[in-house]
Amino acid sequence: MTHRPPSPSPPSPGDRQPPARGPGGRTATGTKVVVAVLCALLGFGVALQFRRTASGDALNSVRPDDLVQILDGLQRREDDLTEEVGVLTDTLNRLRSAGDSSAEALAEAQRRAEALGILTGTAAAAGPGVRITVTDPAGTVPPEVLLDAIAELRNAGAEAFAVDDVRIGMQSAFTGAAGSISVDGTPIGSPYVILAIGDGPTLSAALSIPGGVVDTVRRAGATIAIEQADVIHIDVLRPSHAPSYARPAG
Amino acid sequence: MSAKGDHVYAALALVVGIVAGVFLAPTVPDWLAPYLPIAVVAALDAVFGGLRAKLDAVFDAKVFVVSFVANVLVAAFIVFLGDQLGVGSQLSTAVVVVLGIRIFGNAAAIRRHIFKA
Repeated sequence: MTHRPPSPSPPSPGDRQPPARGPGGRTATGTKVVVAVLCALLGFGVALQFRRTASGDALNSVRPDDLVQILDGLQRREDDLTEEVGVLTDTLNRLRSAGDSSAEALAEAQRRAEALGILTGTAAAAGPGVRITVTDPAGTVPPEVLLDAIAELRNAGAEAFAVDDVRIGMQSAFTGAAGSISVDGTPIGSPYVILAIGDGPTLSAALSIPGGVVDTVRRAGATIAIEQADVIHIDVLRPSHAPSYARPAG
Repeated sequence: MSAKGDHVYAALALVVGIVAGVFLAPTVPDWLAPYLPIAVVAALDAVFGGLRAKLDAVFDAKVFVVSFVANVLVAAFIVFLGDQLGVGSQLSTAVVVVLGIRIFGNAAAIRRHIFKA
């Protein structure tokens, strides 16, 4: 208890109530008061201890030995957690580098997809090239001539083509007869405009070789104009076509 | 019989003490902190003993006072000694166990008095 009362204890029987002492005489008022004070002290102490315990500041009343033990436990736990942090950091680094390389792979795949998209005609393309205009008012130019022109351009390194708003791809076909030519089923008429992206001088040289496309067109009685441009835009697209039979192998 | 009056008197004092402890809420000094719980348990033991003695009609206020004070002092001293010897927590456990057993015994006697069972 906080304040030990100056306990008046003239008689000192060893322990508590010896049963023989019973109702021997009236209790003095002073003794009564002391009893009351002691009871009040008990209540005071109980309330105090309750508050101390409830306040949660448990470390305050802990003995040094126990404190050392608690500290030990905390240190062990800290060691464990530090180890865990290390492991998790390793994992994080591993995942991060994996993420980097997969992002790289993704970018590479994207680049390839774009390149293939230009070649197959499923992506818009722009670049230097030539614009070829074949004017055929009499309808004397057969479809083979246009096909030859495309083949010649491709041989010369052209990478993307369009004929009169039709994008040329792997399966493109010129059909019909002179005067009523269709490309991939779409009828086209004079003047035929061929756009090709590639090295301009090379392309125009390829068309102009003796016995080449220019000669053939002129012999058929039509006129052809080739103009080189720094930027040719080919915006028309071909529908992308998923292979029905062939699957990637290897 | 004056025993009845004593009883009410003591119980009233107990309540007053609790109320004072709750409302005054003084800070327990550090040197006292380890002894307070043990002292409270020892005092509880004395109070239960006194209650039992009263029900047995053998209550003596002097005996109560002496046993109360001696209980508290001895319990605190044992804890103090244990702290100096380096077995403080074990000794306080021992004190709490012994006092707990006594409290239980007294409570059983009180129960037999009150419920006759």
